[in-house]
Amino acid sequence: MPDSVTLAAFVAEPPRAHPGLADDLDLYWLPPVERWAERIREVEAAPDAGAAWSAMVALANTRLDFVRTLRLDRALQRRFGETPPPGLATRPVRLAVLASSTAGQLLPATRVAALRRGLWVSAYEAPYGQYLSELLDTGSGLYAFEPNTVLFAMDAHHLTRGADPAADAEQGDSVLAETLGELARCWRIAREAFRGQVIQQSVLPIFPALLGENEHRLPGSPAALAARLNAALRGAAANAGVDLLAVDVKAAQTGIARWHDPVLWHRAKQEISPLATPLYGELFARLAAAQQGRTSKCLVLDLDNTLWGGVIGDDGLDGIVIGQGSALGEAFLGFQAYARALAKRGVILAVCSKNDEANALAAFRHHPDMVLRENDIACFVANWNDKAANVRAIAARLNIGLDALVFVDDNPFERNLIRQELPMVAVPEVPEDPALFAAAISDGGYFEGLAVTEEDRERTGQYRANLQRETLQAQSTDLESYLRGLQMELVWRRFDLVGLQRIVQLINKTNQFNLTTQRYTQDEVLAVMDDPRAFGLQLRLLDRFGDNGIIGIVIGRRTEPEQVLIDTWLMSCRVLGRRVEEATLALVAAEARRLGAARLIGEYRPTAKNGMVRDHYRRLGFDMGAAAADGSASGVLVLADLPEPDLPMVIREG
Amino acid sequence: MNEAAIYGVLTELFHDVFADDSIVLRPETSAPDVEGWDSFTNLNLIVAVEGRFGIRMQTTEIEQLQNVGDLVATIARKLRA
Repeated sequence: MPDSVTLAAFVAEPPRAHPGLADDLDLYWLPPVERWAERIREVEAAPDAGAAWSAMVALANTRLDFVRTLRLDRALQRRFGETPPPGLATRPVRLAVLASSTAGQLLPATRVAALRRGLWVSAYEAPYGQYLSELLDTGSGLYAFEPNTVLFAMDAHHLTRGADPAADAEQGDSVLAETLGELARCWRIAREAFRGQVIQQSVLPIFPALLGENEHRLPGSPAALAARLNAALRGAAANAGVDLLAVDVKAAQTGIARWHDPVLWHRAKQEISPLATPLYGELFARLAAAQQGRTSKCLVLDLDNTLWGGVIGDDGLDGIVIGQGSALGEAFLGFQAYARALAKRGVILAVCSKNDEANALAAFRHHPDMVLRENDIACFVANWNDKAANVRAIAARLNIGLDALVFVDDNPFERNLIRQELPMVAVPEVPEDPALFAAAISDGGYFEGLAVTEEDRERTGQYRANLQRETLQAQSTDLESYLRGLQMELVWRRFDLVGLQRIVQLINKTNQFNLTTQRYTQDEVLAVMDDPRAFGLQLRLLDRFGDNGIIGIVIGRRTEPEQVLIDTWLMSCRVLGRRVEEATLALVAAEARRLGAARLIGEYRPTAKNGMVRDHYRRLGFDMGAAAADGSASGVLVLADLPEPDLPMVIREG
Repeated sequence: MNEAAIYGVLTELFHDVFADDSIVLRPETSAPDVEGWDSFTNLNLIVAVEGRFGIRMQTTEIEQLQNVGDLVATIARKLRA
């Protein structure tokens, strides 16, 4: 038994799941609160309204659980009551919550999450069970309150009350249609009466299954109806200009059992547990802030150990960890890909790094594995000034507010510096593992966007691109046109130091598409690079959906004055069926000609695993001799006989 | 975890849930002694206790609680189990 002091400390700070893991109800991207008891007392005792508001905003920007959220909300209510603080820079939100069960537990966290974004919320909760009569009666408390934001927060029991397990498919469809019709009517009334933002909470998937995994086959199942409602709500709400508060998605991500406690439902008709209210408040406040255009615009990225592993100034271009082949390199690649995807939908990217500019830029210009390229970065700052000064410079150069920046840095020192010097900049507490960076930015909700705003409507380019991608496969009537539609690029390089580790790794681990299964040590690969009678090729395949990394390796040697033997030819199985083999052969032929050869020799050496390439050379037009007893065979290709192939890809050096 | 330690953690929770740092808990402390301790805040309190101590309380156990002493005894029993 541990002594009580240790256990008390353990209990006072309950054990947390790995920060960043999605089963966590914590707002883990916010920094932990320090000196809570002292700071909340300071806030409660702050002498003037302005100081109290700023201190409360600062406290709201720390990682508060629901108990501390309650206390901060109490301080907010005691200080300001129903009157917004003087000089508020944002439009006060007058929020009416129209719920079918208890919703009072949602309000404190909703106010605190708004506070986090500098928003003031006055909330009105319609009397229990009366949301519809309030909506229909212009003399009701709802109309007297004059909301500018209406949140429909109906519980799952209420929305699926038409479900009857004995119903057939037709009855199931009509219940769904009726429920959607009711919601659309509520939305229309709210919109016409109050002319503000209308938000619909999606349906929490709380129902135990009646059928099981194939619940959807029971048309009258409440669980199946909830799922169908959620699917249909997306389109219906978008068409009606209603924003969705997607509790279903968040609960699926963080654990429905933690959002909905049947005990609380039966005790108090609370569908959503107080434990989940900080997250619920976040989801609401993001929508309310986005409605006022208060959403971040720019992702400011550190470089060393944020976009790649290692320190480029020390480790050099070929020493940093990025790209396929190592778990860490792929994790950084994943984060780069996420940043690039954000950029494609309109988020501005900036770099803020302590580096010599030339070193930092070299990675973006010359490293073959980088997803982010120089022209993806709107503002590139690499120098030895302090980061607060550089972040200010970035905001000034981009002509956006400091409060539109999200600063991502693996280094806690830099994060704390920015929080202290520039408290208006969002600084997510990214987990240590780069594999979790993208999730942390996403979970933090910094770039929340409302799909149906006028600004977004003007951004037609992205919608057009999506449509093209979806129609590609539908329109492709044959393999050839599909392959052409992929816009493949086969990018080749001779062996070099940057690719060295990946080359050695592929040579030693590829078993299936491997003609000779000839293994090489790093020194032997280096010897190929130095040998004037040999060549080594590394091949990378890109397509419109992304970079497949290095997918092919070929080593050839001039064994006779006019003859090149293909010593090694291996490929990654994930690019099979894309005519990469023919393109590779064209490259091999060009290298052989460069070495003065007139013919190629291809060899197949069978192993337990490489049967798939037994006919590789025959398919490519080699004149194969008879196979030996062990199955091995070799053949000749006269280069003059090799036709110019018509390939569905661009081949280039790079 | 001994009773004194449980009282320590519980006192912090009461201070936050009822936004009052002057609350001092005794075994006989009950709802009428604490301003704002109603059925709504009691629900928050129970959820907070479950979360902070990592325990789960049955509906019947919650209904039988008369005062802070009962609550501490229930927590201690659950932590021993």
